[in-house]
Amino acid sequence: MTDFILETRGLTKEFKGFTAVSDVNLKVERGTIHALIGPNGAGKTTVFNLVTKFLPPTAGTIHFKGEDITHEAPAVTARRGFVRSFQISATFPHLTVMENVRIGLQRKLGTEFHFWKSEKSLNKLNDEAMALLEAVDLGSFAETVTAEMPYGRKRALEIATTLALEPDMMLLDEPTQGMGHEDIERVVELIRKVSANRTILMVEHNLSVVANLCDRITVLTRGSVLAEGTYAEVSKNPQVLEAYVGSDNMNDAHH
Amino acid sequence: MNAPVSFAESKLPLLLGALFVIGLIAPFAVYPTFLMKILCYALFACAFNLLLGFAGLLSFGHAAFLGTAGYVCGMMVRDVGVTPEVGILAGTVAAGLLGWLFGWLAIKRTGIYFAMITLALAQMVFFLAIQIKETGGEDGLQGVPRGHLFGLLDLSDNIAMYYLVFAIFCFGFFVIYRTIHSPFGQILKAIRENEPRAISLGYDVAKFKLIAFIISAALAGMAGATKTLVFQLASLSDVHWHASGEVVLMTLLGGLGTILGPVVGAATIVTLQTQMPDSVGSWVTVIMGVIFVICVLSFRRGIVGELQALIKRSGVN
Ligand SMILES: Nc1ncnc2c1ncn2[C@@H]1O[C@H](COP(=O)(O)OP(=O)(O)OP(=O)(O)O)[C@@H](O)[C@H]1O
Ligand SMILES: [Mg+2]
Repeated sequence: MTDFILETRGLTKEFKGFTAVSDVNLKVERGTIHALIGPNGAGKTTVFNLVTKFLPPTAGTIHFKGEDITHEAPAVTARRGFVRSFQISATFPHLTVMENVRIGLQRKLGTEFHFWKSEKSLNKLNDEAMALLEAVDLGSFAETVTAEMPYGRKRALEIATTLALEPDMMLLDEPTQGMGHEDIERVVELIRKVSANRTILMVEHNLSVVANLCDRITVLTRGSVLAEGTYAEVSKNPQVLEAYVGSDNMNDAHH
Repeated sequence: MNAPVSFAESKLPLLLGALFVIGLIAPFAVYPTFLMKILCYALFACAFNLLLGFAGLLSFGHAAFLGTAGYVCGMMVRDVGVTPEVGILAGTVAAGLLGWLFGWLAIKRTGIYFAMITLALAQMVFFLAIQIKETGGEDGLQGVPRGHLFGLLDLSDNIAMYYLVFAIFCFGFFVIYRTIHSPFGQILKAIRENEPRAISLGYDVAKFKLIAFIISAALAGMAGATKTLVFQLASLSDVHWHASGEVVLMTLLGGLGTILGPVVGAATIVTLQTQMPDSVGSWVTVIMGVIFVICVLSFRRGIVGELQALIKRSGVN
């Protein structure tokens, strides 16, 4: 039997009568890189918000590692090792790069509520933080204030901060959006590297990235699942091709 | 790369040390009661700044903590007959508990709704203060004796009282400084910078905000209780929304989110209020309003914030 780490059943979200996500049954297999694609406004980000509990669903259930997490607080879900990123880059801009990663590491010290302790007590995390930064090629930026870094580097920092939690599953919402060619390659390599022993669910508009990174693809249009399968299967599906007419041409994506 | 920041940081202990020495000799140069008033409001503003500047929460009801602690301290000292330090402690604890209640009710809301709830709750406290006769209504709680510290040191001596107030201020300031520079403070900053991200990293942000709120309320209360002893009066004006507004003004004027800004802001406002010639009369309110508008329009970082930016700029060149 296949081991699904994340499973939604009949997941539905209505915003004042408008159905943004409609009866989505998503199954993500443990250890794979799974893509969620679809035109703008298809409901991809909303699915992310639902499964990570940032929004309550109108109907349906969410199961993570076999447990029903439908009614859990988002921070609790995160602590299960199910960590999301955001469509817009999500860093702490006025903290240094090192401090950003330390925020991710800090919880395991169990001192996050200790307002009477010196912040110097966090220095014992520095080696670990540095190792994470070096893993994403940011070692030389450790002391930089995050806001001063270029955009592509901020996305790398987000991944490093997420990795600090040693998550079993990561959600990435358009990790290459707004990036130049070089940055895209760097992030793709990074995602491939961190996908070892982890499950990744990612929203991605760049189909060549999807084609050479993802094991499985779910296509969402107007809130519903239109198709699911490997890249080869999905890209032959006439309905999918139709949904993508006028935007990207799926068959060209490989090159 | 960010040398100016570490420059400012490396100079901070020196600056604090200098201010400490000034605080020690000040009562021999300036009227102590005036200094004590500044210190009480400075502590009040620092406590407020912890919440707005470092947790990003705008409370419009901080007068409730200042005033309630004043009443509790006054009653304990005058009517129960406890020593002054016990009175201050009682006021501080009462404000902390009230802060717990306010925080618990308000923190689920954000932005303007948070501010409105804190204001509404504080108005209820104000209403209670007028209604119940124990607080003395419009007259306030009068004739609070300063008493003897630990039953030994006579505080009716203004210089002795000053050093107690100074010690309390330093203690409160240190608590705030430590809170900001603690593992907890680090998460608080993260929440202020990007709340959804902090949640996604597994932090229960409501708990962090509540703790910050309680610390802020308790220290605001400590300022109010101390003030009651200084003036031997717990006044109705301390629970009035004016006081809640004034602390916003002091903090913004001095520099939101800077450690020394609220002190500078409080000193400036208290000086203006007390040193303004009598002929100005109630125009003082208008003058404050004008200062507020100028502050918001042209130097948003406040006095200390602008100074820091200046040092940073000249440090880069
Ligand atoms: N909080 C909200 N309130 C009302 N409508 C919303 C809300 N969030 C999303 N929507 C609507 O739901 C639909 C799906 O939005 P969503 O952001 O999930 O799309 P998406 O697939 O992520 O699009 P994109 O590729 O542009 O990021 C859109 O029509 C959007 O306007
Ligand atoms: Mg989206």
